[in-house]
Amino acid sequence: MSAKVPVRVTVNGRLHEVEVEPRLLLVHFLRDQLRLTGTHVGCDTTSCGACTVHLDGEAVKSCTVLTVQADGADVTTIEGLQEDGNLHPVQSAFWSQHGLQCGYCTPGMIMAAVDLLKRHPEPTEEEVRHGLEGNLCRCTGYQNIVKAVLVAADELRGAQPARPGEPEAQPTVQEVI
Amino acid sequence: MGAGAAEAAEQREPGGNGYVGRALKRKEDPRLITGRGTYVDDMELPGTLYAAIIRSPEAHARITSIDTTAAKERPGVEAVFTGEDMGDLAAPCPMVFAPPGVEMRVPDHWPLARGKVGYVGQPVAVVLGPDKYAVVDAAEDVIVDYEPLPVVVDPEKALEEGAPIIHEEFGTNKVFEWSLAGGDVDAAMAEADVVLERRVVNHRTAGAAIEPRSFMAQWREGRLTLWSSTQIPHVCRVILSIQLGIPESTIRVVAPDVGGGFGSKLQVYCEEVLACWCARRTHRPVKWTATRTDDMLTTHHGRDQIDYVRIGAKRDGTMTGIHVKIVQDCGSYHLIEGPLIPTFSACVISGVYDFPAVKTDVVGVFTNKHTTDAIRGAGRPEATHFIEVCIDQLADELGMDRLELRRKNFIREFPNPRPHGFVYDSGDYDGTLDRCLEMLDLDAFRREQAELRERGIYRGLGFSTYVEICGLGPSRALGPNGWGMQGGYFESAQVRVHPTGAVTAYTGTSPHGQGIDTGFAQIVADRLGVDIDNVEVIHGDTETGPFGKDTYGSRSMAVGGEALARAVNKVQEKAKRIVAHKLEAAPEDIEVAEGAYRVKGSPDKAMTMAEIATEAYIPADLPDGMEPGLDETSFYDPENFVWPFGAHACITEVDVETGRVDIVRWVAVDDCGPAINPMLIDGQIHGGAAHAIGQALYEQVVYDEEGQLVTGTFVDYALPTAAEIPWIESDRTETPSPTNSLGVKGVGEAATIAASPAIVNSVIDALKPLGVTYINMPLTPMRVWQAIQEAQGRGAGPRATEQGRALDQQGRGSAGSGPAVPGDGGAS
Repeated sequence: MSAKVPVRVTVNGRLHEVEVEPRLLLVHFLRDQLRLTGTHVGCDTTSCGACTVHLDGEAVKSCTVLTVQADGADVTTIEGLQEDGNLHPVQSAFWSQHGLQCGYCTPGMIMAAVDLLKRHPEPTEEEVRHGLEGNLCRCTGYQNIVKAVLVAADELRGAQPARPGEPEAQPTVQEVI
Repeated sequence: MGAGAAEAAEQREPGGNGYVGRALKRKEDPRLITGRGTYVDDMELPGTLYAAIIRSPEAHARITSIDTTAAKERPGVEAVFTGEDMGDLAAPCPMVFAPPGVEMRVPDHWPLARGKVGYVGQPVAVVLGPDKYAVVDAAEDVIVDYEPLPVVVDPEKALEEGAPIIHEEFGTNKVFEWSLAGGDVDAAMAEADVVLERRVVNHRTAGAAIEPRSFMAQWREGRLTLWSSTQIPHVCRVILSIQLGIPESTIRVVAPDVGGGFGSKLQVYCEEVLACWCARRTHRPVKWTATRTDDMLTTHHGRDQIDYVRIGAKRDGTMTGIHVKIVQDCGSYHLIEGPLIPTFSACVISGVYDFPAVKTDVVGVFTNKHTTDAIRGAGRPEATHFIEVCIDQLADELGMDRLELRRKNFIREFPNPRPHGFVYDSGDYDGTLDRCLEMLDLDAFRREQAELRERGIYRGLGFSTYVEICGLGPSRALGPNGWGMQGGYFESAQVRVHPTGAVTAYTGTSPHGQGIDTGFAQIVADRLGVDIDNVEVIHGDTETGPFGKDTYGSRSMAVGGEALARAVNKVQEKAKRIVAHKLEAAPEDIEVAEGAYRVKGSPDKAMTMAEIATEAYIPADLPDGMEPGLDETSFYDPENFVWPFGAHACITEVDVETGRVDIVRWVAVDDCGPAINPMLIDGQIHGGAAHAIGQALYEQVVYDEEGQLVTGTFVDYALPTAAEIPWIESDRTETPSPTNSLGVKGVGEAATIAASPAIVNSVIDALKPLGVTYINMPLTPMRVWQAIQEAQGRGAGPRATEQGRALDQQGRGSAGSGPAVPGDGGAS
């Protein structure tokens, strides 16, 4: 164990001034120290993307970022994605399109998709598929994830969602968040 | 299909709120899309000790010494334990498959190795401390000396005379031999004009749930609580009781949100028992979470069969019999039920075909690899693969159209007893194939295929028409007096109406992504006439609700759903009697319609569930003799399995220069009975097909000759990404099962069972003009390219595998130790 290093990092809008081991991974800082457990760990090799967060507005895999590298940075996790208590359009679309099953890859997948849509506001199906190559899902076969991202793209551009095969709107379950 | 299904559902159960059959959004999702799910690794208890496990780097060795002194002296280390410290365990890891009359070899398998190791990754020692980084550092200081022993990784070599014996006490590497037959297979082969023979290798794969396994155990006041990322909290409690030697009533197992299972969490693992034992020993909470490498090493693997297939047929295509010898690589130790898995292959050996004679011979083999056990489909994908690939091979042998051969032999009468004792409940195999062909447009494809071939582009089409067995299961068939599973396979549900009219349903099944909360709530809300927002489904905790049997074998809806429906019916029955009493009508004249209990013919005379519940819990005016309360439980043990079926078609394009296979189109028509929620069914089909596509094209667990795992991370083990998986064009037909009142069959494994042969058949179809007649999975570019080279009579170059090891060093035939020779098992 080596000497601890001071780090100033803003997470979901709140500034944290902490001292950490230089080897502490950002994902462990978020999960174990800030108790933001929505960011998950699925591999140790930057392969699965379950740990994806935004670092200064860009999607990164927080299992491959040291906390000290986030010094001075602004981090957004899945817990910080909602605005004024409203679901982000990508979150809503994952719900309406059945874009998740076990939910474990979902936070990382959503954070990657938000970043993708920032860079490509009007993606084709092919672009969504390649844009999400860094995030693995074992449950969904990706189809409804791709659908959700396309629906969210429409929503974010203010277009009328007109994707075929969209499930009917849920009439009874209220947005509980 | 959604609207039609809804109509059908309402006809079956008139008058509810019409939730059943609709694609309602999931109740589970709000917490999961906002990062507020609770997986085991998200949980923390004060004073927790983290565990770091020291694992064997040897595949087969004696442990000559373990020195824990240096590790124990490190700051922050609370304790270090080895197998010797765990002498107070009451039993080794149990294996629950004990078929009557069959000699089953079950070596002692302890959570920490005792004296010997049999596979790379086997737990040898554990370090405990309050800092999870520090315990990993300390684990480096545990010094273990090994005396290496000869290693055998190829199951067929392991059976040879003179092979290294893995468990000396048995004097053989054979785990067991077991046969299941019906009809006269020898006569069937004798009367056949053609006997097709193939050696089909179904290679080793990983379940690869994205959530690694995680366990947290707490021992307080003589009671144990385990939070586990498991599919089977109830079974786990029984097994912990056996191993720890404490009563079941003192153990609570909780499965909170579970991040995918696919069979890999249908298990009680060494680390799980170890965490519990350490908690009891230290009186501190103990937590262990797998790294991906821990998971790849020691989460059980699947498949790893070599199948010697013989199918007899007349010249006109009438199939006379099928005989398969299955060599199952069991690995070096058993976990709870590994040897059962090839038995499931035997169950569906008849496929969708009217074979008058069938026979399966299973031989299980110990090798110096990790345990194989249930992975999505568990024996049925293997069977469907060899049947459906061999049907295409037979069609070629007979010079017959492969769909014509299928249709000539389809089973068309239901219920249909098969020669080996199973009874198919219901089916319409022409129906799913017809719909599949309608969506596919076969003629257009054949024109396109011919045009593209002229331009040097090779596309192929493959089919798989499958039936599977699920809804485990009838305890009389599966249990101690049947196949020999030492357990019951019923399911339970409790439905509690609260005084406000809100409903809580407790279920014994324990899902991990399937959306069962929503599907079950739809059934409850409909039958009780309540708003779906007022229904909560609770599962995955052995201290709430009745004893259940958990989730596997696509049983949640067909068995758990039926148990729930029966409990709901009891509540509904009592509610009707209360309403009849209050409204002065006969109970049989009360119906549930539009969210209330109404008197037939006088729809304005009605009571809501809230009003009924008030009467039940303030029992001032109940019918004479009626108990207060509105809370009912049912246990349901099915009379038969359920048999989902369907037809999948796959179009692939093969780059003949590189061997790369791309899937161009996928059409899936599946029948799992009437839909409760068609959106959830589609989701299961998409994911199930993707799982099989992974196996067919990309995924393989590879051990080298020394038993070292070569594919220990997601860098080496190639899970497919969104870019590899095609758009699945899916549809359904709905043939109700007579087995349960919902008419439902399972769907969680169906597409995984269906899909792989469609891909292989498609690639063979694409490459037929180049002379390729057969190829084993996985269809990696190198293997496909080599098959083309060999078919063209060209040398295939240096025969490196995907991991860069020379193929001829891998040994021929081990499904898990490198690819078999391309074209292996070619035409007989």
